[in-house]
Amino acid sequence: MSFLQIDKVCKSFGPINVLRDISLDVEEGGFLVLVGPSGCGKSTLLNTIAGLEKLTTGEIRIDGNVIDDLPPAERNIAMVFQSYALYPNMNVGQNIAFGLEMRGMPKAERDAKVAEAAKTLQIEHLLDRKPGQLSGGQRQRVAMGRALVRNPQLFLFDEPLSNLDAKLRVDMRTEIKRMHQTFGTTIVYVTHDQIEAMTLGTRIAVLKDGVVQQYGTPAEIYNDPTNLFVADFMGSPAMNLIPATVRGNGVEMARAGEDPLVLGFDQLPGDVVAYDGQEVIVGIRPEAITDADSRAAMRAGQQVTASCKIDVVEPAGADIYAITALGGKEVVTRLHQDWFGQANQHTELVFNLEKVVFFDPQSGVRLR
Amino acid sequence: MARSTQPSFGTGKLMRAALYAVLILFAVYYLLPLFVMLVNSVKTLDEIRGGNMMSLPEVFTIEPWLNAWSRAQIGVEPTGLSPYFINSIMMVVPAVAISTALGAMNGYVLTKWRFPGDKIIFGLMLFACFIPFQIVLIPMARVLGMIGIAGTTSGLVLVHVVYGLGFTTLFFRNYYAAFPDELIKAAKMDGAGFWRTFTRILLPSSGPIIVVTVIWQFTNIWNDFLFGASFADFDSMPMTVALNNLVSSSTGVKEYNVHFAGAVLAALPTLIVYVVSGRYFVRGLMAGAVKG
Repeated sequence: MSFLQIDKVCKSFGPINVLRDISLDVEEGGFLVLVGPSGCGKSTLLNTIAGLEKLTTGEIRIDGNVIDDLPPAERNIAMVFQSYALYPNMNVGQNIAFGLEMRGMPKAERDAKVAEAAKTLQIEHLLDRKPGQLSGGQRQRVAMGRALVRNPQLFLFDEPLSNLDAKLRVDMRTEIKRMHQTFGTTIVYVTHDQIEAMTLGTRIAVLKDGVVQQYGTPAEIYNDPTNLFVADFMGSPAMNLIPATVRGNGVEMARAGEDPLVLGFDQLPGDVVAYDGQEVIVGIRPEAITDADSRAAMRAGQQVTASCKIDVVEPAGADIYAITALGGKEVVTRLHQDWFGQANQHTELVFNLEKVVFFDPQSGVRLR
Repeated sequence: MARSTQPSFGTGKLMRAALYAVLILFAVYYLLPLFVMLVNSVKTLDEIRGGNMMSLPEVFTIEPWLNAWSRAQIGVEPTGLSPYFINSIMMVVPAVAISTALGAMNGYVLTKWRFPGDKIIFGLMLFACFIPFQIVLIPMARVLGMIGIAGTTSGLVLVHVVYGLGFTTLFFRNYYAAFPDELIKAAKMDGAGFWRTFTRILLPSSGPIIVVTVIWQFTNIWNDFLFGASFADFDSMPMTVALNNLVSSSTGVKEYNVHFAGAVLAALPTLIVYVVSGRYFVRGLMAGAVKG
């Protein structure tokens, strides 16, 4: 049985439904990431797990026990907040010990626990400082220490990295992942950053308007999106979503001032065949369109090579992003860093058809 | 950079001189009454009658101060102002403490434990700040009579607490509105309840607003005359009323030097409060203005 079970949870504030029928299961030691644009209900879901918000209907179980009616303090859950929420009037040691103190743990025991947590997080030298005297990364560590010290059965993170600068964010991301590997505690993590979601999660739930769009492993979410929203939201640069017309076993994409580009498939997926002569949305990740030099790096599969005009070239260090136009949309391609082509010239692009996905243009549903 | 803010050395100096001149003028203007009071409170009565109000004393005497404090005829007995000073202290300390504590509680509940209708309640409390004193005199007298504390210091404390509550709630509500909600959530997760969140997390961070509230309440309650004159009887009469009785007594000689000394005595506590905590007052007001 799953460790954390979120079972048909609904939450409404008056007439506004913030969460609609959300069901998610996480195994013990799992790392669930809730990701979505702002206002999608991910923080509300986290707050209902924490007990800071009452859910309207449904049930949340931890290790088989329903926790809906327990106050936050009795759920044995620790939370790291976006602002870290360190008590400004207490020093670091007191901050970490506060939860233990509220639970009536004797002072000596508390001090030992604090020392242990401080050692794990390498913040021993900061114990006497006030939060105001700490840097962003240090505050983050203290907030994690405050969560760790209680030895909870579940960790909640509410966008903990969004207040940090870009470099520190990457460092702390690794830190959180390392902590998860060390302690093996189950984690629920909220973010709007899809890269954080991909790198951290063992499971990702993509939310929009209070509805789970897709729930799966990072690889499933990335390679096998169930609808246009997930395809567009996950990945950076985003997946190319190109309007195209189905012609037999190929798809035809219009090009300005040139013949349309036709991608001929050995066999189109069953749903797509039924769209013969009609429009579909073709989804191709930037790394599935590349130059001839990078072809070897692609896994063997069906490929199509076509000459396309490059409009803009964006070197990004490790790769070069070259932008072309297909079906009236800008299409980002990811080329080898030694590619020597230039803007406004034609180049041979290789399309990896294995990685192409199709969507219905009206409903946005994936066609398989 | 320096050039652009100070275009030329000459005009800068001139401007500065003009600025100081104006400032000194205003300072003199404001300090002159205090000077007159202090100077005349250490003169003999003859010297005041015969001479210039602005001149320094020819014969220095602290007799008027002693008179004002312990010998002047205010009521039936020649007690001076001292018993009334004590009365005022007995009134102002609990009234300030209770109204500040309740205001902090109200601010906490109105911002961090929101409930349906909280805005209406806050609006009504705010409205209380705008009710003129005179309107509540008669109803308040009825209430004090009904609960049997009319004419006592406790009665005055109650009146001032009720009347001050609107202001203290406003101060604390605005201060706590800027206090991050995540801290309250964190305290909840840590297992702190309603009271411990208040006493351990919020109150220790409320220094500036407590100072503002205490100064505000202390000054208002200490200086209040109307409630003191209306609701106190002879044993609970506050300083302000006693001072009025001293100054406006119609029998005998008008002892101006004693009156001056009495007035300074009456103003002294608020003056001390301002001098001691004035800088926190400004800081607190600023904090509220920027964050609230």
